[in-house]
Amino acid sequence: MMDVGRHPRIELMAYSEVEGVGGYVGNFKVKVRKKARYVREEDCNSCAECAEVCPVVVPDEFQMGLSSRKAIYLPFPQAVPASYIIDMDACLGTNPIACGKCEEVCEKVCIDYDMKDEVVELDVGVIVVATGMDVYDPTELDEYCYTRYDNVVTSMEFERLICASGATEGHFVRPSDHEVPRRIAFIQCVGSRNNAGDKGNRYCSNICCMNTVKDTLLLRDHYPDCECTVFYMDIRAFGKGFEDLYMRSREEGVKYIRGLPGEIRQDAETKNLFLTAENTLTGEVVEREFDMVILSVGVIPRQDNPLIKKLLSLSTTADGFYMEAHPKLKPVDTPTRGVYICGCAESPKDVKDSVTQASAAVARAMTLLNAGEVTAEAITASIDAAFCTGCGLCAKVCPFNAIVVDKDRKTASVVSAMCMGCGNCGATCNQGAVTMGHFTDEQYYAQMDALLEENPENKIFTFACNWCSYAGADNAGVSRLQYPATPRLVRTMCSARVTEDFVLYAFMKGAPVVLVSGCHFADCHYIDANRQTVKRVYRLWDKLEKLSIRPERLQLEWISAAEGQKFARVMREVEEMRKQVTAAEIEHTRKAVAEEWEKKLAREAKRKKKAEADESRDEVQVS
Amino acid sequence: MPNEEKQTAAGDGLRVGVFICDCGLNIAGSVDTQAVTDYAATLPRVVCAVRNRYTCADPGQNEIKAAIREHNLNRVVVASCSPLMHEPTFRACIASEGLNPYLLEMANLREHCSWVHGGDKDGATAKAKDLVKSAAARAARLQAREETSMPVTQAALVVGGGVAGIQASLDLAGAGYQVYLVDKEPSIGGIMARLDKTFPTMDCAI
Repeated sequence: MMDVGRHPRIELMAYSEVEGVGGYVGNFKVKVRKKARYVREEDCNSCAECAEVCPVVVPDEFQMGLSSRKAIYLPFPQAVPASYIIDMDACLGTNPIACGKCEEVCEKVCIDYDMKDEVVELDVGVIVVATGMDVYDPTELDEYCYTRYDNVVTSMEFERLICASGATEGHFVRPSDHEVPRRIAFIQCVGSRNNAGDKGNRYCSNICCMNTVKDTLLLRDHYPDCECTVFYMDIRAFGKGFEDLYMRSREEGVKYIRGLPGEIRQDAETKNLFLTAENTLTGEVVEREFDMVILSVGVIPRQDNPLIKKLLSLSTTADGFYMEAHPKLKPVDTPTRGVYICGCAESPKDVKDSVTQASAAVARAMTLLNAGEVTAEAITASIDAAFCTGCGLCAKVCPFNAIVVDKDRKTASVVSAMCMGCGNCGATCNQGAVTMGHFTDEQYYAQMDALLEENPENKIFTFACNWCSYAGADNAGVSRLQYPATPRLVRTMCSARVTEDFVLYAFMKGAPVVLVSGCHFADCHYIDANRQTVKRVYRLWDKLEKLSIRPERLQLEWISAAEGQKFARVMREVEEMRKQVTAAEIEHTRKAVAEEWEKKLAREAKRKKKAEADESRDEVQVS
Repeated sequence: MPNEEKQTAAGDGLRVGVFICDCGLNIAGSVDTQAVTDYAATLPRVVCAVRNRYTCADPGQNEIKAAIREHNLNRVVVASCSPLMHEPTFRACIASEGLNPYLLEMANLREHCSWVHGGDKDGATAKAKDLVKSAAARAARLQAREETSMPVTQAALVVGGGVAGIQASLDLAGAGYQVYLVDKEPSIGGIMARLDKTFPTMDCAI
């Protein structure tokens, strides 16, 4: 921490928040709000005289509320920056008549009641997100009575009770009578691994087992006559040196009972606690009395995650932690180029893993910084102003905020450096104004013409997204999984590139079945572009129904890059479906769609004429 | 129709070369690659169709390069394996002959065809022809594209000053880059600063 404070190339902005992020990989513009501390950071030498005279006493959040602090305070003794700060919500006021005592005693004159928030703009090439975690609040678990019984505390509170610089200066006492407890129970998996999913989380919080093992050893070290009992589901001591530590704890006499207590009861007089649990290894029911119970609470995503998520166009898993670009091959990259994740922001992890991952994220970031320049595959979108009406639909669906709409001039334009080329805008624009570089409409129609020219009735026309379904088909190949030779695949960068017209065109060309395939929701390489795929397919199903075409002839499947088996299975299933489609049905479809297509062409011709007319009028005005 | 005449008929100056890979027996084992090559030669704008044993190997790539020169090709179709595997290889190959790398198209005859339709040579060959036809049709509509490159600002933002953010900042700064470390709290340290000792070393957290 100190190293950060004194490093000449690190500008530390504590008590600050990222408010806006613009730009793109290599060239981000970041707005940071430096909140007013009301104490000049650079002048304060943390002499503490201000806090001594401050009359306001409030719970100290750093000590988990187990002790108090003043309204002007140093967050904790080793704080970096080592500067006091005024908690303006608690301070009696800036009016010297009300108080103003701290200002009077501050010899360095670094207290400034009129300090204002300051917004600074930074130019950076890369961003490392290390926003960390929050701790699970066990209040909702009625059975553990965390808020009702004084002597039930969380593992975070335990840290502040046993720490030498903690609320009790390292004297481990129980809250009800400030006596040193002799019989201490730990309950594991509080808020974690709850498969019912009603309270807490389903996932394993990773660190709590070893944290408890550590806590028992600390207790045995400080108070050799104390009895520790751990109620657990499984002890997950998987890391380097973890099993040794766990064994040491058992050798020290810590009792491990496999089974979680159903409830905690309290003796109203002694405030002692009774735990009943079934030891699932022996089948016996254990009832024990304890002086104190520690809830080994889990890790949850930062509650302000959604804000950073939106600012940086990140995705989160169902658990709420940030999602990596690829779970195995790009574990610290994010879907947004130039943004990397590490630490508990990505998933619950211990100190060693956080440090390891931070260095990995930096290595990835430095490959970009060190290269000095960044190139993008030339597959970006462009917008033809002559056709664009400035409706903004494209900007709405762009997962990367890469489209800027000029409302006054009624046009939109693409910031190429931010565009990843998914094609979602191209499929959304109903004015035909968007051209996807290297994946144009014209190219797709040419492919459809080629593939469906002869014997279309024998073919399953398939759109497959580059990252998942196309790669899933590759996976089926590499695994030599056999399926019928009827599918004809066309590659799109994202399933969201598939326009409604593409599908209709394939049907008009005689395709018996059309399959649209893409990444599973959480896997979409363009954040959530494939949500638009779903919307389009739903609209198409409605449209097909209206045209008396069986909607099931359009299939939608999510197939990941690892799901070769699924790809082959889907192909076999769709082949069965294809066999059911009669020649008469295909003929009817051709005609029905062709009629619709005529109308569409007429609309387009009209639009083109209008665009040309507008253009020539503009020219006349210019001349 | 002789190749030159065919091009004149199309009249758009597009000259497509198609290279069909045997991949040893990986493709040729279940696809009649000669039939596919003969078929490719009949497609519009295709002025040369060549069958290679291994298109990705040096001799195969040299055949592409030679054909680009000899036939003045301006679009290239490689019908071999998945583009996820060898697109970069063949893009570099045609670029070395002065063609824009975006004027390459691939047909996936191996992962999507020969390997998955092993017992159905007729079906696989028919599919391979279709895939080559589709690739040639697309190739004729490809446009040269320029990749843009932009400078990277030599500074980093680290959001969050817990143990991960601190490590990231020190690493970046240690490597010589300017770092801005932003933390919401009045002090850095995050959750770690609140811990007493840490496992497995049982040493102080701060």
